[in-house]
Amino acid sequence: MTRLELRNVRKSFGALEVLAGISLHVAAGEFVSILGPSGAGKSTLFQLLTGALKGEGDMRFDGAPLDDHGRHFAFMPQRDALMPWRRVIDNVTLGLEVQGMKRREAREQVAPLFAEFGLAGFERAWPAELSGGMRQRAALLRTVVQQRDMLLLDEPFGALDALTRAAMQRWLEGMWRRHRWTALLITHDVREAVSLSDRIYLLSSRPARIVSEIAVPLSRPRAAGSDAARQAAVLEAEILDTLLNPGADRASFPQTAQRRSS
Amino acid sequence: MERRRPLRVGRAWALYARRPPLSPSATSPPQGGRSAAAIAKAIPAAISFTLLLAAWELYARYGGVTHGMLPAPSRVLLQAWENRAALADNTLPTIRATLAGFACSLAAAFVLSALVDFLTPLRRALFPLLIVSQTLPLVAIAPLIVLWFGFGLMPKIFLVALVTFFPMMVALVEGFAATNKEISQMLAAMGAGRWRIFWLARLPSALPYFFAGLRISITYAVVGAIFAEYAGAAKGLGIYMLNAKNNFRPDLVLAAVAVSAVLTLALSGLAVLIHRLAMPWENAGSESRDGKPSGESR
Repeated sequence: MTRLELRNVRKSFGALEVLAGISLHVAAGEFVSILGPSGAGKSTLFQLLTGALKGEGDMRFDGAPLDDHGRHFAFMPQRDALMPWRRVIDNVTLGLEVQGMKRREAREQVAPLFAEFGLAGFERAWPAELSGGMRQRAALLRTVVQQRDMLLLDEPFGALDALTRAAMQRWLEGMWRRHRWTALLITHDVREAVSLSDRIYLLSSRPARIVSEIAVPLSRPRAAGSDAARQAAVLEAEILDTLLNPGADRASFPQTAQRRSS
Repeated sequence: MERRRPLRVGRAWALYARRPPLSPSATSPPQGGRSAAAIAKAIPAAISFTLLLAAWELYARYGGVTHGMLPAPSRVLLQAWENRAALADNTLPTIRATLAGFACSLAAAFVLSALVDFLTPLRRALFPLLIVSQTLPLVAIAPLIVLWFGFGLMPKIFLVALVTFFPMMVALVEGFAATNKEISQMLAAMGAGRWRIFWLARLPSALPYFFAGLRISITYAVVGAIFAEYAGAAKGLGIYMLNAKNNFRPDLVLAAVAVSAVLTLALSGLAVLIHRLAMPWENAGSESRDGKPSGESR
């Protein structure tokens, strides 16, 4: 079942064309990535979805035009955006509080989830006392407790060091296998997109358009050492090639993945 | 009688000239409560103060000056103690004027800065006015304000507010503007309205700026109150200084100066204390808990 569907979504800032007709769809329980170079307009797309910006084109959710943005999406910004003046648990309850829930009730609702997110014992800590990986997990917890239809993840691990990022990607895949959130991930990290996604949309540089749609039919988990991981490495190399040589002939596109459109 | 007045003005403006930039980094409190390290840090200052006072004492005693010209610190202290009743009697009105004026200034700065934050064009209307208000020479303004409002509390409140309002206003407006954009965007995506975002994000973000401004302007507040009293008052440190000077008692002038210095330091210390209590998260996270480098996300 298709939840989110964008048809020919465009956005310009004055004369600067940022999005040149983006069409994509996300099904229920599907993990989809938008992979593109920095500055391509990926974040602009999310701002259109969350209602921070107005663009042109057709955006539908469950078949209905997207108007009440806040109802459908839980948004996780690029850096963790934890409030330094709130304790970790109060950061996590933020979305529920904005929805009108009493702070105490919200705390009771999120407290049991801390263990699963590797944050047990840090409920009363200040964000500054957490490591980078823990901050990202707290930010993701803050995002999922809002219980929206869909997660919007904007380069969630972009600010982490390589080792922590790899650990977080693996952790997120595990979490996703358990919860099957419907998620749209923005990233410029090819490995991240391949290891997490069911499908990947390749974005061109500005003005952004969808260059290619790539299915990732790899079994999960895609942990290191598995067959899936080896196939993922091949796919990763191919995608990187496509991104770095946009003009090259792409007829011999992967056998590991089917290119559906371009 | 007129000879001494520019000296006070000079001091007031020297304070302005030394006004540090209103950024949180300017007032980052000494890290941690390591008392031994704190004492070690205070030693150089203690030495320089002691040396200065000792040199002054020696010069005043053996340098051939009369104590009607330059009293020794020991004499100032002794006279301060002997006149403690009169000094206390005159200090209280100064404290009252300082706190009342500063409270009015804070309330006004808070309301106006919030308004400016919501209505950006207001900033362009107000800021030039406020900047001009900072160019007014206090020597000229203080007597006029006494002329208009009399010898009561009113002119003191007005003058204290005049010198403290601007730094507080600027601190708050800059603080609101320093809010992390991603936090605002995230709150908007959560469905929070402007007022909600102001309350949840912009106001707490302004706290470090607010306290930076507080610590600086509370010292101006005392100077402003004394200035107002100097220009005309029934009681207060300012008028006490003026009377002592007219009676050729520099020792009592200096005693009042010492009281005002102690008062300023106490208020500034109080501001630091409130700062620490209000922002307990500031000193958190100097070391991260699970042993990973804490810099990885920033």
